[in-house]
Amino acid sequence: MTSTEPLLDVRDLSVTFTRKGGPTVRAVDGVSFTVRPGETVSLVGESGSGKSVTSLAVMGLLPRRGVQVGGQVLFDGDDLLTLPRDRLRDIRGRDIAMVFQDPMSSLNPVVPIGVQVTEVLERHQDLHGEKARAAAADLLARVGIPDPTRRLKEYPHQLSGGMRQRALIAMALACQPRLLIADEPTTALDVTIQAQIIELLKELVQDTGAALVLITHDLGIVAGLCDTVHVMYSGRVVESAGRRELFARPRHPYTGGLLGSVPRLDAPRGAPLHPIPGSPTDVLRWDRGCAFAPRCQNRVDACTEGPPPLESYAGRSLRCLNPLTESEEVSA
Amino acid sequence: MSDDDVLLSVRGLEVHFPIRSGILIERQIGSVKAVDGVDLDIPRGATVGLVGESGCGKSTLGRAILRLVEPTAGTVTFDGTDLHNLAGEDLRRMRRQLQMVFQDPMASLNPRQNVQSVLSEPLRAHGIGGDHAARVRELLDVVGLPASAANRYPHEFSGGQRQRIGIARAIALEPQLIVADEPVSALDVSIQAQVVNLLEELQDRLGLTYLVIAHDLAVVRHIADVVAVMYLGGLVEQAPSDDLYATPLHPYTKALMSAVPIPDPEVEDTRQRILLQGDLPSPADPPAGCRFHTRCPFRQPTRCADERPALRTVPGHPEAHTVACHWAEEIEAGRIRPDAAAVVAPNPQHASDPAA
Repeated sequence: MTSTEPLLDVRDLSVTFTRKGGPTVRAVDGVSFTVRPGETVSLVGESGSGKSVTSLAVMGLLPRRGVQVGGQVLFDGDDLLTLPRDRLRDIRGRDIAMVFQDPMSSLNPVVPIGVQVTEVLERHQDLHGEKARAAAADLLARVGIPDPTRRLKEYPHQLSGGMRQRALIAMALACQPRLLIADEPTTALDVTIQAQIIELLKELVQDTGAALVLITHDLGIVAGLCDTVHVMYSGRVVESAGRRELFARPRHPYTGGLLGSVPRLDAPRGAPLHPIPGSPTDVLRWDRGCAFAPRCQNRVDACTEGPPPLESYAGRSLRCLNPLTESEEVSA
Repeated sequence: MSDDDVLLSVRGLEVHFPIRSGILIERQIGSVKAVDGVDLDIPRGATVGLVGESGCGKSTLGRAILRLVEPTAGTVTFDGTDLHNLAGEDLRRMRRQLQMVFQDPMASLNPRQNVQSVLSEPLRAHGIGGDHAARVRELLDVVGLPASAANRYPHEFSGGQRQRIGIARAIALEPQLIVADEPVSALDVSIQAQVVNLLEELQDRLGLTYLVIAHDLAVVRHIADVVAVMYLGGLVEQAPSDDLYATPLHPYTKALMSAVPIPDPEVEDTRQRILLQGDLPSPADPPAGCRFHTRCPFRQPTRCADERPALRTVPGHPEAHTVACHWAEEIEAGRIRPDAAAVVAPNPQHASDPAA
């Protein structure tokens, strides 16, 4: 069901934050990935890995001052980074939509839900008045909000967390986008509500054939939802693979470490956890070597002598000089 | 279980927060029943896990046990002493034995207090003499921080290190019981395992008893000996960890466990899920009868809505495994099937795709 032509083609994206009198921070460094129609691609990483900044850069939502964005973000052949702002506004919301982590801070607290949903329809689909309200009620019903006509008149604080996230997804879907970017869409929610939202996203991808970019730290969600996984660490992709290959045979020590440190519900009790030593803030700058080297148990001398290249083979990309072998995977 | 083995025993605990209305004359117009009749035993040296979704009252229960909020009714007996009857100096002395680790390590540490001061404060408060600096170095060593950390301030540490400071503070007075409220949920994935391992190591070394409150079932399964599942102010199921995860009896436990994603595509593609509809009802106006009946996919007519089930044992399961459901036997035997709308079949598209 996936065609070969990528819908979104991110090439060598880099984002650098500059500050007067302070050091520059390279949050995203040479990230490339593609998303085809109907495909679900995931960016996985811990805090500080640059996954959210990547999504903001793709959407053109980073502030213009103090930020340098490099590389290309090709959406259907147009480079979003150089597109004039009014063309970008037409694409954003209509062709590309985004769902954020915290639904309370992405909804306007003093405007009823209905106005916020119809706003998108007015801007992009030229629907007004009663027609727009009916379309908004349909959208809310589609994402599983009971009694949508009443909910349209309510304010964000009157909805529960799961309901707010549904309203946000309804807004994102208003124009049937071809690409949906979801940044930690369920992190603020309870597990039973999380399961509802994941199921909703799954259905939407299947029904509309939209592409989905899912940004998360939760490997469990990735395992159930995504086709391709990109693991990020300190601003760079360290390993990319199809989800089955990645979970069955993680090659990068960081991927292996992440899998080893998550307690699994179906694992025998008392199975020891293997945490990654140190913390995500103990990083080396990529130009000096592998950023993960200070925490890596597979470190060799060459790791700290220069940046390891991203090598591709057999449908997988890997940025590591001494990857895990078959026997090490489990204990890593 | 004999009384000697139980360190802390909770009976009929209720915490109701009043809802008041009126400008000049305030009247109570209702109450939020955060905790509504909970019985719980915590064996000495064991780890009891308390799981539930946000708003189910698990944190309030933890705080009521420590009397950080006053219970409305019920008793909490710690080592033979009824905590509710203690007051003033006696209560303060008792607090040495009962300590707490909080969720957000940044919010529970004073940003202007250095680690030396944070860790020696409990010693000063309880009038413990001796060399405080040496004791602080010892505590830092126990939780895996360098001695140089003593002169630094909370903002200089990472999240995982701050949680280690929080744990060091909790063990400073050599308590018997530690209530850990979501000890790892604010931390990065790779750091969570470090803190879980530290808690387990400290238990072995110091003979601690834990009540671990968490929403993450996988973490609780890993750490707890006994797990209690809470829904809307009451316990719905309680069992030794292995029994609970092998054979969950309550529909809510089943749904909760099937909602937890497992980081393995093979498992994710093949397992069946039970999806709950809707949200947690308001604890100010809980449903009559079984609290869960409004969302339960196994709901049966009349009895579920009329009669609140109590925790009871089910034949064929250990005595320690109790469940509050009228239909536990029938559900287990498969005589009551879940509502078809709530069951999500395995994903056929993914499962049948060998190339993926």
